[in-house]
Amino acid sequence: MTLSEAKEILDATVFVGHEKLEMEVKTAFSADLMSDVLAFAKENSLLLTGLTNPQVVRTADMLDIAAIILVRGKTPPDETVQLARELNIPLLSTKYILFETSGRLHARGIVGCIEKVGVDEGA
Amino acid sequence: MREGLLAALKRLALMRGLSSERLKGEKQLRLRTLTFELPYKQDNQVTQDKKITKTQELVYKLKVKDVMTTDIVTVSPGNTMNELKEILRIRRIAGTPVVENKRLVGVIGIDDLIRCLSEGEMDATVGEKMTRKVEVLYGDEPLAHAVNKFNQYGFGRFPVIERKRGRLIGILTKSDMVTGLLKRLEIAYHTEEFRHNNNNENHVFNNIVMDKTSFHFQYRVNGQDFKVAGESIYKLKQILSQLGFPPPIIRRATIAAYEAEMNIIIYSYGGCISVSADYDHITLEARDTGPGIANIEQAMRQGFSTAPTWVQELGFGAGMGLPNIRKCADTMDIESEVGKGTHIKIVIKNTNGNGK
Ligand SMILES: Nc1ncnc2c1ncn2[C@@H]1O[C@H](COP(=O)(O)OP(=O)(O)OP(=O)(O)O)[C@@H](O)[C@H]1O
Ligand SMILES: [Mg+2]
Repeated sequence: MTLSEAKEILDATVFVGHEKLEMEVKTAFSADLMSDVLAFAKENSLLLTGLTNPQVVRTADMLDIAAIILVRGKTPPDETVQLARELNIPLLSTKYILFETSGRLHARGIVGCIEKVGVDEGA
Repeated sequence: MREGLLAALKRLALMRGLSSERLKGEKQLRLRTLTFELPYKQDNQVTQDKKITKTQELVYKLKVKDVMTTDIVTVSPGNTMNELKEILRIRRIAGTPVVENKRLVGVIGIDDLIRCLSEGEMDATVGEKMTRKVEVLYGDEPLAHAVNKFNQYGFGRFPVIERKRGRLIGILTKSDMVTGLLKRLEIAYHTEEFRHNNNNENHVFNNIVMDKTSFHFQYRVNGQDFKVAGESIYKLKQILSQLGFPPPIIRRATIAAYEAEMNIIIYSYGGCISVSADYDHITLEARDTGPGIANIEQAMRQGFSTAPTWVQELGFGAGMGLPNIRKCADTMDIESEVGKGTHIKIVIKNTNGNGK
């Protein structure tokens, strides 16, 4: 689906990336733990998270994340918006909780960027 | 004037993504024979830095036309805003010069486009919406002038025109300047051809020839300064991409460097990350002075962490970093001495995309 469809489904607000809403996304990763995002998220995926500090954007950039969707109605601080703009990463926010956000996207065809963690890397 | 120029160069050396205001302490970018020392102290101290002399010399010797991008996209005044939108989207650029009979008549960019979008004027012509008064550079001006001009106007790019007839001959971006300088300050270019699949459109510096390149990159990391974590890696990523490494290899190097840098920031008093890139492998070393790690085996275990609360609040400190570095690496060596510091060395082989 396109990011703009995801935005509709989630009734999301766009903070950064109005001009990139037509990008296609197929996969996503949800977490409130950046350590896990770094270990497991894959490129071109959506990142769904409740964290809003600038390091979230930084981490997303390291991983070539397609777009960040903040959940639970979080409003990003200015620094975060600014960095997202600088690094050209779309930043959206939805009022849905993480579970609902993930579920709604999954129901419409977005799948996890990985299904399970590997045998040698499970916690 | 001289100080202004050096300050500007410092900033340029930091390239994109590294806004100088946000950089505290010392940053160092070393490329083989060239060292940009960037102490954020007093500008006059930098002036005395002999290592920058060569750069100073070059900045006067090199002309704008020597480093500008010549393969440029232009539009004509008759194009519609709709057509412009497609061009900007496909070429992934933020703006373009408007040319009529080879002469520059204006510039148009994303800002204009957004305005037209919101006002439903996408059928308007570029000629109606463009900015006519354009700041330009002449091809025969020394780079030093360009540096000052970038500073003065804060623009990301300038059209370059021929002095006599006003013909558009290229575009100069900050990256062009930095790349041009670095190239001449000789990042060792070997003659062997380095075949790579060049499907990465995100090349920032599309004017460098990608030969087999051996290259060294090093920067300082200050303890406790979490805000700047990853800024230098942003640059590293661009350079590796520019050197033609396949995206999966770049990702692994990037992630490993970021994890190592965060550990230095969180747990040590400060240190340094260095990366050497040869065409068949990338070596990354992270060295710090700090408390060291008493039990390496334990630290390497997934889930082991002594991260303080402030780190956890940012979403880190889950004991995933070191295992993640190992996952990204083909080989990993870690040495640590309690009370002295830690040294991690990893190698990532460039198997041209067939790796891990
Ligand atoms: N450079 C270092 N100096 C001293 N101790 C370190 C260093 N790097 C790691 N450690 C120790 O090893 C532990 C594990 O590090 P690791 O990077 O795996 O996880 P973390 O930093 O705690 O969490 P995460 O990386 O998931 O954010 C750390 O909590 C710390 O106790
Ligand atoms: Mg860590």
